[in-house]
Amino acid sequence: MAVTFDDVRHIASLARLSVSEERLPALVGELNAILAHMEALQRVDVSGVPADLAAGMTPMPLRADGGEQLRLAWPREEFAPDMRDGFYLVPRLATHEDVDE
Amino acid sequence: MKADFARAAGLNIILAEDPEARPSVDHGPLHDIPVAIKDNIATLRMPTSCGSRILEGYISPYEATVVSRLRAAGAVIACKTNMDEFAMGSSTEHSAFGPARNPVDPTRVPGGSSGGSAAAVAAGVVPIALGSETGGSVRQPAAFCGVVGVKPTYGRVSRFGLVAFASSLDQVGVLARTVDDSALAMQIIAGRDPMDATSADIPVPEYRAAAARPVSTLTIGRPREYFPDALDPAIRARCDDVLAKLRDAGATIRDVSLPHSGLAIPVYYIIAPAEASSNLARFDGVRYGLRVTGDGLTAMYEATRSKGFGAEVTRRILLGTYVLSAGYYDAYYKKAQQVRALITQDFHTVFNSGVDVLFTPTTPTPAFKIGAVSDPYEMYLNDIFTCTANLAGNPAISVPIGTVNGLPIGGQIIAPHFGEEAMFAAAYAVERL
Repeated sequence: MAVTFDDVRHIASLARLSVSEERLPALVGELNAILAHMEALQRVDVSGVPADLAAGMTPMPLRADGGEQLRLAWPREEFAPDMRDGFYLVPRLATHEDVDE
Repeated sequence: MKADFARAAGLNIILAEDPEARPSVDHGPLHDIPVAIKDNIATLRMPTSCGSRILEGYISPYEATVVSRLRAAGAVIACKTNMDEFAMGSSTEHSAFGPARNPVDPTRVPGGSSGGSAAAVAAGVVPIALGSETGGSVRQPAAFCGVVGVKPTYGRVSRFGLVAFASSLDQVGVLARTVDDSALAMQIIAGRDPMDATSADIPVPEYRAAAARPVSTLTIGRPREYFPDALDPAIRARCDDVLAKLRDAGATIRDVSLPHSGLAIPVYYIIAPAEASSNLARFDGVRYGLRVTGDGLTAMYEATRSKGFGAEVTRRILLGTYVLSAGYYDAYYKKAQQVRALITQDFHTVFNSGVDVLFTPTTPTPAFKIGAVSDPYEMYLNDIFTCTANLAGNPAISVPIGTVNGLPIGGQIIAPHFGEEAMFAAAYAVERL
């Protein structure tokens, strides 16, 4: 299963990363070299083995629907000064500066 | 006691200092002891940048539970340490703030990703430091720098305030000069935290009491897969010498097999990047740190992330996105999860057969020269003996066992889930040899 240039362009788009055309050949080579080592897994018989075993950890029982408040070091207004309708307001995009609210 | 920052000179291991830091209590088990914190663990008075441009200068409005617990025990949070960007690396060369250097030999790497923390302890800047583990990022630098490194059981220590890399693997770990110091620090940070749903509600034993456990009560497994033909002969000899001395001291040594261990690197480098590709999606220029303007929202995301992330983080996000994408999920991610279950089962089988702990080399080689490893997969192989414990969730510790050509090497002890007492008992015994 070799990764192609178009595959990398596609996954870069999914991952919100821009990959330059100059960087593309090296990246395709690196990913294919890494994935070649992953082929060893295809030879393993996993019939009957569940995929959701995680790490066989201790179960995580549900806790009461409540819990502690986040312990903030200073008031929320000092690092997120703007709120509206219960939502934090983040800086506007430069390209949206002239859009009416 | 003060952090001796002069000892860090020229090593690029400290990213931020807090020379005015004070303990929050007058007395405690760590009274006035300076502690260094890896840069991906949230602190209030110093930035938490994860070794990345995308979070450069970011100061968290809350601190990690592990940091609060250390301060409540009297510790002084002295500095933040250099690391591979977002904990992705085995050399601390992948830091946006330049490579860290090994105090034993500054031409060599300190290991990674907690290289700055390991080097800070080895150099004598601080006696104790926190690191984080996803595939060996505490134990491997501990081995390279000649200090002790502990990765607790998954769920043993709160991760509240640890910036997520791969959530089914991440744990906070401890680096220290001695096994006893590491047991003391682990005692303080371990235990249930209501702010972390993955922290286990299981009592924390007295780890330092393990020092008194007679070595004759220990059955130690030597897994043959961790001693391959290609292993550095000097490292093999040091490990077998340790096992022989433990046998002489009364321990029972048994050859065992963990047959799926050889598949751990492919499994790890599918699962960890897959989880990272999701966890790191939050760094997009909207809420945290760096924002690079672009022509519209998507362009802003792409410009910010492409400028903010370094080459290794970018490579792993792309790899993780690929193995999770339609058409490849079953072949890569699902398969890796199934093989991970087999690796976990191997540990259960061995520990259910009467083996208390396993002893292995921590790394296949001593510290390598800065710039010597350029191939990504060759770098990944540094985790070959450590990432199995992360995949299976087991606790493990690296203890110095001597030198090879003047460079420190480590011996690794792996224990069953929540079996830190046996792990520390064996570690004390190895340290005493």
